[in-house]
Amino acid sequence: MEEVTQEVTLERRFEKVNAILEKHAYNPSNLVGILQEVQEEYRYLPEEILTYIATALGVSPAYVYGVATFYAQFSLKPKGKHIIRVCDGTACHVKGSSAVLKYVREYLGLREGEDTTRDLLFTVETVACIGACALAPAMMVNEDVYGLLTEDKVKEILERYEEGREGTDGV
Amino acid sequence: MVFKDRASLENTVLELKAKAKKKRVLVCGGLGCLAKGAQKVFDLLVERLAIEKLDIQVEKLEEELHHPVKTGCMGLCEAGPLVMIEPQGILYLRVKPEDVAEIVEETLKKGEIVERLVYQEEENGRRATWPLMKDVPFYRKQVKVVLRNCGSIDPESLEDYLVRDGYLALAKVITEMSPDEVIGEITKSGLRGRGGGGFPTGRKWQFARVVKADRKYIICNGDEGDPGAFMDRSVMEGDPHSVVEGMAIAGYAIGAQEGYIYVRAEYPLAVRRLKKAIQDARSAGLLGQNILGTSFSFDIVIREGAGAFVCGEETALIASIEGKRGMPNPRPPYPANKGLWGKPTVINNVETLANVPVIILRGAEWFRSFGTLTSPGTKTFALAGKVKNTGLVEVPMGITIRELVFDIGGGIQNDRPFKAIQIGGPSGGCLTETHLDLPIDYDSLCSAGAIMGSGGLIVLDEDTCIVEVARFFMNFTQNESCGKCVPCREGTKHMLSLLQRVVDGKATTEDLELLERTATVVKDASLCGLGKTAPNPVLTTLRYFRDEYLDHVLQRVCPAHVCQAMKEYVIDPEKCRSCGKCARVCPVSCISGRPKVPYLIDQNQCIKCGSCFEACPFDAIMVNWRRKNHE
Amino acid sequence: MSDTMEKKVVVIDGQEVALNGEKNILEVAKKANIDIPTFCYHSDLSVYGACRMCLVEVEGRGLMPSCSTPPEPGMVIRTSTARVLEARKTILELYLANHDRDCTVCERNLNCRLQEMAARMGIKEVRFGERKEKVPKDTSTFSLVRDPNRCILCGDCVRACREIEGIGIYDFTLRGPRAQVEPAFGKKLSEVECVYCGQCAIRCPTAALVVRSEVDKAWEAVLSKEKFVVAQIAPAVRVAVGEAFGLPPGEITTGKIVAALKKIGFDRVYDTSFSADLTVLEEAEEFFRRLQKGERLPQFTSCCPSWVVYAERNYPFYLEHLSSARSPQQMFGSVIKHFVTRLENIPREQIVSVSIMPCVAKKFEARRPEYVHDEIPDVDIVLSAQETIRMIKSANIDFKELEPVPFDVPLSAGSGAGVLFGVTGGVTEAVLRYAYERLTGKELKEVEFKGIRGLESVREAEVDFDGRTVKVAIVHGLARAQQLIREVREGKRYYDFIEVMNCPGGCIGGGGMPLGYPDYLAVLRKRAEGLYNADRLSVVRKAQDNPAIKFLYEQWLKHPGSEVAEEHLHTRYRSRRRISNEIIRIQEAKSSQKVDVAVCVGTSCYLKGSYNLLQELLRLVKEYRVEDKVSIGATFCLERCSQGPNIRVNDAVISGVREENLRDIFEREIFSKVKE
Repeated sequence: MEEVTQEVTLERRFEKVNAILEKHAYNPSNLVGILQEVQEEYRYLPEEILTYIATALGVSPAYVYGVATFYAQFSLKPKGKHIIRVCDGTACHVKGSSAVLKYVREYLGLREGEDTTRDLLFTVETVACIGACALAPAMMVNEDVYGLLTEDKVKEILERYEEGREGTDGV
Repeated sequence: MVFKDRASLENTVLELKAKAKKKRVLVCGGLGCLAKGAQKVFDLLVERLAIEKLDIQVEKLEEELHHPVKTGCMGLCEAGPLVMIEPQGILYLRVKPEDVAEIVEETLKKGEIVERLVYQEEENGRRATWPLMKDVPFYRKQVKVVLRNCGSIDPESLEDYLVRDGYLALAKVITEMSPDEVIGEITKSGLRGRGGGGFPTGRKWQFARVVKADRKYIICNGDEGDPGAFMDRSVMEGDPHSVVEGMAIAGYAIGAQEGYIYVRAEYPLAVRRLKKAIQDARSAGLLGQNILGTSFSFDIVIREGAGAFVCGEETALIASIEGKRGMPNPRPPYPANKGLWGKPTVINNVETLANVPVIILRGAEWFRSFGTLTSPGTKTFALAGKVKNTGLVEVPMGITIRELVFDIGGGIQNDRPFKAIQIGGPSGGCLTETHLDLPIDYDSLCSAGAIMGSGGLIVLDEDTCIVEVARFFMNFTQNESCGKCVPCREGTKHMLSLLQRVVDGKATTEDLELLERTATVVKDASLCGLGKTAPNPVLTTLRYFRDEYLDHVLQRVCPAHVCQAMKEYVIDPEKCRSCGKCARVCPVSCISGRPKVPYLIDQNQCIKCGSCFEACPFDAIMVNWRRKNHE
Repeated sequence: MSDTMEKKVVVIDGQEVALNGEKNILEVAKKANIDIPTFCYHSDLSVYGACRMCLVEVEGRGLMPSCSTPPEPGMVIRTSTARVLEARKTILELYLANHDRDCTVCERNLNCRLQEMAARMGIKEVRFGERKEKVPKDTSTFSLVRDPNRCILCGDCVRACREIEGIGIYDFTLRGPRAQVEPAFGKKLSEVECVYCGQCAIRCPTAALVVRSEVDKAWEAVLSKEKFVVAQIAPAVRVAVGEAFGLPPGEITTGKIVAALKKIGFDRVYDTSFSADLTVLEEAEEFFRRLQKGERLPQFTSCCPSWVVYAERNYPFYLEHLSSARSPQQMFGSVIKHFVTRLENIPREQIVSVSIMPCVAKKFEARRPEYVHDEIPDVDIVLSAQETIRMIKSANIDFKELEPVPFDVPLSAGSGAGVLFGVTGGVTEAVLRYAYERLTGKELKEVEFKGIRGLESVREAEVDFDGRTVKVAIVHGLARAQQLIREVREGKRYYDFIEVMNCPGGCIGGGGMPLGYPDYLAVLRKRAEGLYNADRLSVVRKAQDNPAIKFLYEQWLKHPGSEVAEEHLHTRYRSRRRISNEIIRIQEAKSSQKVDVAVCVGTSCYLKGSYNLLQELLRLVKEYRVEDKVSIGATFCLERCSQGPNIRVNDAVISGVREENLRDIFEREIFSKVKE
């Protein structure tokens, strides 16, 4: 995973971090927003960038690390281009979300403990509830919601993203 | 349009009303319908209407066709995509792109109803249909106050909101009412916090009003994190201006200059719509400096959550906005005294704020005409689970559970018996058949051991294991616990492992006792609402479904056939050919046998993995659910 | 209007208590002699409210935390109802279920708040099982040991380091049952900005943070026949050791401590107040020289090692302002290893110099390379007061009954001024007593400078020296010191002399002192009083009057600031990086023979515009078309802060890089290497 991490970092420009800090007026109160934008840029939060942010904001690195590890949205490990969030809310759970998760992970070839594919194309997470209860079981890929999932539907949806034919037609 | 004063606003509203299109075809753009293809339906409609308009323009100019609008959630998510035709109020369900042509031809042009698309129920071979939305059983008993515009306006259009008397309440408040009068009206209305706490809104505003400070803040809590709840989402996506207006009025009442809307990160569309609404309101002079030419200045900033359910708790929310870990703080001091950056802060739920403009315009008395004496007004609910009509509803407080589940919800799917209803999400409780006639209001629910919560309602039938439900919610709460105080951090961890033991068929009655005692301490001693209410599902299910727990513990039986550990894998001696394949794949080596003798699974060692079942080439392994011993 | 005053009363456990501005129920309870247990409440830290031990039942309100709930007239409070007791017991069990319960082999055995509460509440079983996880201890610093297995997540260390130190090396990480308290990125203490002061350790209710013990080494030394063990006892220690033996805080037990050490087997026992007097002379003379020339002012004291290491990391522009005088501990170390050897005629290799300190940062100070010669440190072992107590206990000594024994001659006398070093303002007062007589030539009758005494975090004074007014400031608590220094930097305040102590109260509040539980501030006050009394009881109260000091100068040093003094009693400071070496890679060269360039973006260089230099460099690399041969990154500190902006090219650090000379430097140092 080491080489891949470096590649991802190098694609990004360090300047962006400074631009983000400027935009938020170097105000530590905006830390959550700053981290969200930096994560969008890097697709995760690299340790040295977090240290840099701490220095720039005048707060201790432990504080920034504490905030970065508190919120579920932040990842200190690289994330994939497409984030799949399988809903495990009550309604979805009752209608078989564990099976959906299994299909997704199997299709992507993820091993136990792995959440991101080697090619950094997909990351799989479970979320508590995406508010699509009527369509249970449901999942989100990036911002698009897919419901009434079956094994076949899951395959079809993931294929589309793999081939770069993204976007929702509903389903 | 820019409004320099109240008069110009009111004039424009009148103009817009006069010009408002009577003939409209509304396509529900709520999350559920969108995911089922509503966008395509809408696009096709727009396309068709454009073509038709051209044709007609060629023929008869004065015949106007319907104006297509993509609205917010209409509520009957189960049956989406939904399309409504005005002015008749015809509602079509499960509309597919293929249906568009017919709708345009038959209904829009000829005014005829497409029978197969309307709401219908079958009973004893007889089919009943309800083509008009207002008659549909799902909608009949609902009263749309909070959702007054949701599903009937374009949420991205300020004009649509103005047509519905938008911002007239704000104008009235800042030009002819004093802050005390505003608080008086809200207090008189009896509006209580709709986020779950049920604290009287007027009183909360009053607390903040009397504190002397150079800055005050209003925060709208849009961190709807209960699994199964999407009411606030629908309001933020479907009628964002109602929230903006409500906040501005609240700001005026307490003396705040700035408001924050804290929206969870998982609602990107809500964030976009709110941002647009704020932008449009600002450009129109309805937000920002010197609103409508008065001395009242107020602006709103949006902050996104980052994935922490606990940030729905007031003090944790404040910590999050301050850029810290979202960990709650002890109260007192209360936010109304010392909140955001130490200043007086009022935090209100999305739904609470959405009620405010309409209370100002129509009066406290009008608001009190719905609901009960101690819980006036209405409440939105997200009805889900094993009920026929799942979706977003709004009902007057005091409606019974029975009415909600059977009249509005249409009863249990497949007409199975009702087992329980879970109210209030992970902070709430399970109520039983005996509670079906309980009125839904803050106090009645409280005395039954449940809470109103934010409005999530899950209907359960016999196929749901109540213990598993309790375990599921405890698992959720455990994941979301912030970890600051020991009762919640450690207490819920142990409660979860005890529940897991019950579900795995390994628990004893001492475990149950420990579970109950720990639950009581966690409820008593936790620092914040998350910890204090986390034991509710366990406590209510123990109270009302103790037998089901005892079945799991004493008999290792799961009556609902859900808990996998209560299955038994048994080799049918008739079918077994003693090939030994099962024994070889068994990870715990609990299958024994010899050639010519049927193999046997040791039930005490069996971990129910099912490998033997998959391996047997002769289908000789049966999967049975354990049954109760009837003594 | 009626004449009778409305009585503001609460009822607590049946007792009526009048309210008098108490900020929480806990304080009210104390007035009624009710001891409500807490883990996370400290009167000098912000309220956290997480440990839930202090819950009480308030009529009509249920269970409320007494540390954060203000008392209201009319409240009826009960501290031990069935509900409260059930909660307290269960909560304790929950703590214990996640705690390494091996008390008998724990550092804090018999001195642990969790253990105490479990005993008090009579916990007989923990119904929630045992802790399975085992995380390794952090022994990366000389001063502290961090054991996460014993952490109860009370957050005291987090708040102490943030609020008292103004550094914040700890924070909570993760969430829920996975939540932990740890330094950034789970690093070791030696890899983050810890100043080794131990303020966290004296607040930790369990053994999660303890002093790193050198007692074994000390025993080895005293029990060895060949070694000649010399001890020096710091001023602050003498008013606190008694606390562990049932004596009140502030009671002066100097003689008993000397007696105990002699019994244990120390060969010589001296008084650090003696070398404190040395420090007074050396530092004061240095100050006068600077005053005369008007340079390197304000002068900062440098006897506090945590303050020094903080300054080295953060104030490169003030390094020349720190007094070059070593701390009393190190001065005495020098004296022992270079003068006492001669005096006692014992070779240096045989002498073991042990200092008995209130401080744990001294363990770090003793190992600074400047204070080690030919691999022999001037101070071999630093024993904190806590360790000394343990050593005395393990030697079977009945401390209370000991007959006092005097220090050894000839370096025994420490003046009252020297003794005051242990309390905040003491160094300044000692210097002023010297300065007055030295500069005016008159005798100082009123030796006590009461105006600069006390425990307020900042105190100032203006002293008239022979017509010139000298402004001094005294600050304690590093966070407060940072604030003061910021104001001085910004020109809002001016001082000629600033005494900085890391620990609140000065050394009497050091990280190695006994834990002053339950009322820490009261204990501090008593210890301060103890030192003031010790000063009053001293025969000699000014450093210049100390005959032993005169003796030392005659025999060895000649005069303050002499060459010998410079060599053995003074030192220099250097910039240190705050953050262990991390690189932000911005551009990676593809070629294997590449030039590796890193631009420092640490605070000092950053403020001098190093970020723009970084941008320029990236452009230059493109302009000269060497992107595939030059790697560019950003790094955090190249430790040349005062000469920045700095860049590193391969292994060499180049300082003073500016926009004007960047192109030259690029061609000369980077591009030239590419062509090779």
